[in-house]
Amino acid sequence: MVEPILRLDRLRKKFGALVVTDDVTLDVVQGELHAVIGPNGAGKTTLINQMSGLLASDAGTIMFDGRDITAAPMHARAAHGLARSFQITSILPRFSALENVALAVQARSGSSFRFLGRAADEAALNGPAMAALADVGLVERAHVPAGYLAHGEKRALELAIALAMEPKLLLLDEPMAGTGREETARLVEVLRRLKGRFPMVLVEHDMTAVFALADRISVLIYGRILASGAPAEVRADPRVVAAYLGDEME
Amino acid sequence: MALDLAIAPAPARGRWSANALPIGIFLIFAVLPLVAPVAGGGYLVSLGARIMIFAVAAVALDLLIGYGGLISFGHAAFIGLGAYSVGILSAHGITDALIALPTALAVSALYAFLTGIVCLRTTGVYFIMITLAFGQMAFFTATSLAPYGGDDGLTIAARNTVAGFALIKDERVFYYAVLACLVGSYFFCRALVASRFGRVLRGAKENSVRTATIGFNVYRFQLAAYVIAGALAGLSGFLLANATEFVSPAYMSWQRSGELIVMVLLGGLGSLNGAILGTAAYLLTEEWLAGFTENWKVIFGPVLVVVVLFARGGLIGLWAELMRRLGRG
Repeated sequence: MVEPILRLDRLRKKFGALVVTDDVTLDVVQGELHAVIGPNGAGKTTLINQMSGLLASDAGTIMFDGRDITAAPMHARAAHGLARSFQITSILPRFSALENVALAVQARSGSSFRFLGRAADEAALNGPAMAALADVGLVERAHVPAGYLAHGEKRALELAIALAMEPKLLLLDEPMAGTGREETARLVEVLRRLKGRFPMVLVEHDMTAVFALADRISVLIYGRILASGAPAEVRADPRVVAAYLGDEME
Repeated sequence: MALDLAIAPAPARGRWSANALPIGIFLIFAVLPLVAPVAGGGYLVSLGARIMIFAVAAVALDLLIGYGGLISFGHAAFIGLGAYSVGILSAHGITDALIALPTALAVSALYAFLTGIVCLRTTGVYFIMITLAFGQMAFFTATSLAPYGGDDGLTIAARNTVAGFALIKDERVFYYAVLACLVGSYFFCRALVASRFGRVLRGAKENSVRTATIGFNVYRFQLAAYVIAGALAGLSGFLLANATEFVSPAYMSWQRSGELIVMVLLGGLGSLNGAILGTAAYLLTEEWLAGFTENWKVIFGPVLVVVVLFARGGLIGLWAELMRRLGRG
């Protein structure tokens, strides 16, 4: 069997008495898109925050690319190739779209303790940044301040930032959150093209998107993995239908 | 929420209006000693030097506040450390700038490094309070330095020599040396904010979680910026001690730190040349109002409130608005 790129082993997180992540064991293998679904409040974002290092875990381990990163800070995980997007758009509003992405390129190409020379003129940063913008269809908007982009464009920019990090694994926290139907379709298309290039963990509410994209689905309910498997199995699982999909698939 | 995108993230290169203002400011400073004999004499030259000295510290503070989002309320401490380096060395007979200047820079940079390690663990109001606390620590240390004048301060026998020559003894030569320091500091900071380093610093100000999630250890960048700004304020202190031939704990009082923040705000955050304008406006207004009445602060306070309320972008914002209107008309 192939060694998984990411492996969570009995991961826990408590907020006071509330167990938000309850012994979650989950893995992602090379080239796979692993979706995590579940009702609101199931602990999906908490789980992603634990994976990316925004939240410390109370127990369990996170193995990433052969390393134990359970205690590693956020920036170190990112430097090892773990990229994430945020459910609530997290971009640099006064930076242009290009500069948002170029900063991500900068993070993986050479030292940033360079005090002279205009970063905005560096072709070595702008080239890959433009390529990432092209991947999400934002090339024409490259020089617009990110704060002025439309909501769907911001979601796409968020994705471009993650791509520019040339990650070994992409964590996507509801990339379609708040987008209209057309924009969702466009983002699904973008993700379909990216599949295979990067293994991904996708947390998403849009079931159409999830079933169109996922290779494997884990269903999270009250912080526990209720079921995990291929889309068809999960869809047919009576426990999943009863607990969650029953309402969602109407 | 409407986004205020009026403040450019980095000075654009080649654009006329972006360079016209700093060049204009430096030209005015450069010709001031030439017209001074007809318009006020030595007083004007020493006032001009004083403005430029504080402008060096204000530019450094703008680097922290305007580009790093780090509101340091202890910036005057570094000016004081730079000044005391000159004073204490001089009291021991070491009067050459070739020793005093590197000492001033090193001492202020070291203090910035050691306090920055602690301060930068905090953010927001806590950062403001802890920088204030470290500033006050330096202040009270200076007041208790009995061998060096304590509360009363310390008179310096003479200006620093440069490699043994009494080069900056002449007011005009000193004035131009100060101008060179200001121009150097300005262009250094301007290069800095547009560099890779500056981009990370600006990114962390915009959204530090995002900047960390793409792989930057934000803390290290902020610490480096804090040390650079501290060293520049130390340079300002070195110049101040030489200008006044006197050092005093008052140089590092918290009121002085507050004044520096006001200077930067008055000029407009995040433009560097705004900090120079703000310093000039602050010190000139102070000078002018003090000529009318002893209670000039009663007038100055409300003026500042009006500026903060109605000219959000500071003087630099007014200038940008003016250029926009001129461009349209």
